[in-house]
Amino acid sequence: MVFREENSRRVGEVGALSEISGERSEIGRDEGTQPSPAPKTEALGMKTENLSAYYDSFKAVSDVDMQIRPNKVTALIGPSGCGKSTFLRCLNRMHEVIPNAYAKGCVKLGDQDIYAKYTDPVTIRRRIGMVFQKPNPFSKSIYENVAWGARINGYKGDMDELVERSLKRAALWDEVKDKLKKSGFDLSGGQQQRLVIARTLAVEPEVILMDEPASALDPVSTQKIEDTMAELKERYTVVIVTHNMQQAARISDYTGFFYIENMGDPGRLWEFDETTKIFSTPDRKETEDYVTGRFG
Amino acid sequence: MATKSGTQKNTRNGGSEGEAVFKSSVSARHALDRVFAVLVFVAAMIGLVVLAVLLVDIGRDGLPRLSWDFLASFPSVSPQNSGIYPALLGSLWLLGLTALLSVPLGVGAATYLEEYAPDNWLTRLIEVNISNLAGVPSIIYGLLGLGIFVNLLGAITGGQSIVSGALTLSLLILPVIIIATREALRTIPGAVREGGYALGATRWEVIRSHLLPMALPGALTGTILALSRAIGETAPLIVVGAATYITFAPDSPLSAYSALPIQIYSWVSQPQPAFQVAAAAGIVVLMVVLLLTNSVAIWLRNKYQRRG
Repeated sequence: MVFREENSRRVGEVGALSEISGERSEIGRDEGTQPSPAPKTEALGMKTENLSAYYDSFKAVSDVDMQIRPNKVTALIGPSGCGKSTFLRCLNRMHEVIPNAYAKGCVKLGDQDIYAKYTDPVTIRRRIGMVFQKPNPFSKSIYENVAWGARINGYKGDMDELVERSLKRAALWDEVKDKLKKSGFDLSGGQQQRLVIARTLAVEPEVILMDEPASALDPVSTQKIEDTMAELKERYTVVIVTHNMQQAARISDYTGFFYIENMGDPGRLWEFDETTKIFSTPDRKETEDYVTGRFG
Repeated sequence: MATKSGTQKNTRNGGSEGEAVFKSSVSARHALDRVFAVLVFVAAMIGLVVLAVLLVDIGRDGLPRLSWDFLASFPSVSPQNSGIYPALLGSLWLLGLTALLSVPLGVGAATYLEEYAPDNWLTRLIEVNISNLAGVPSIIYGLLGLGIFVNLLGAITGGQSIVSGALTLSLLILPVIIIATREALRTIPGAVREGGYALGATRWEVIRSHLLPMALPGALTGTILALSRAIGETAPLIVVGAATYITFAPDSPLSAYSALPIQIYSWVSQPQPAFQVAAAAGIVVLMVVLLLTNSVAIWLRNKYQRRG
């Protein structure tokens, strides 16, 4: 569990983690084995101040202040095109990968400003992982899909063990342990998405960003992803964009509602609170209309 | 299925305004379909038949002349003793060196243009000109090669040597390789790049591990087709000084050389009919080399495609 970059939290838990992976059994519910409660690992939270995102001169997201609590699931909801995904991509500097796209403002991971001068987005993205809407496994074997990210980041430990542990945490191990050499594309859509989650876990991030991770999946696969998420927050901070409000209500601790008041305006964070509050007694009328399905 | 023809009113709207009327003579449409099928079949066959006639004709003239002696002998003034050995070796040298020079350059240029270069007027200018270069007649490349590789850089390339020939052929096929590789890179979905970046990979790591392997089948196809074209080229090689009559086998990149198309050309222009037969045999050899190169390409492509 030693990466090239210094990462005191992860290095500190070396012993504990390898023990856990040995005794913790499958996360899946049907196996009959009782998963021992996962010990909590403290992840870092995030914070944005005055974060705005642009595509060229078009302002897509305006002045978002958000506190993302560590070891919690934060859901971002709102109508299409209101900047949820753009905002999410700003959190690990993936937004700027798009030509002429850039962000202004401040995003902090713990105490570190990830947009500070001389901050390398490559190191940031290892610490803040991302799972996309459509499963995008690499055209490599299942094993290599998981191992690749860890290897390029200079992982020096036992690769077999890391691959197994990551696949177990993504609740995929039992389904693929006999065909690790097979291509990642041989898996079903839901399995592919869990493979992508596993490869994200393999580089030991602090935060996992998910952009509608289950929107392209069937209900059974969605259920598995949601189950996985409940486990993930024990170790990681999770931010998820979703169009499915039941999903947001089921899995998240905090919810942010994005909204565009007038056509052509940038998206804004309209309301942010604990999920129970957003879904029962939100402060603003638009939020209430949206979560009760009156529009959007 | 053709049913009865005639005009029928579609009365789904109950005869109110806005009702749709379809002409239901389906059989006429099917007839047109069959006519078109015959036409395109004929079009496909014309190409195939011409090719087959050509092959049979060449084979009938050339195959009886083909022997181990023919492959292993040097050209001679007597057509019966003439062989293709130095030309065959020269062509293989050219093929290998050209591939060695043009593939890294072409794939590199394509990778830069597709993955690194910003999208501005300069890139677009380069892009347009590469497409134009692919259409420039090969003799022009021969003249360029003569001016630069044979004369200007003669001290390094050894003048009229295999290296000069290979460099000239490389120039000729570079645009094709660049275009093929760029097309292959362009078909890779952006999600692959994003997936790599999201794990904390650098651009080069994503290119090396994902993009180039995925682009390989497409790039290979283009490259081998280009190489096949190069090995059949005569004009530029004549200009940069491939010999028509040499009595030694090329043994280094700086040797003087001949090549299969050059040898064939030289035999065809001889008056004795026996030389024509030797030319036909030479064409068979050239075809076999081409087919072998192409089958290597197809094998490599299938091998890498299966991993996807």
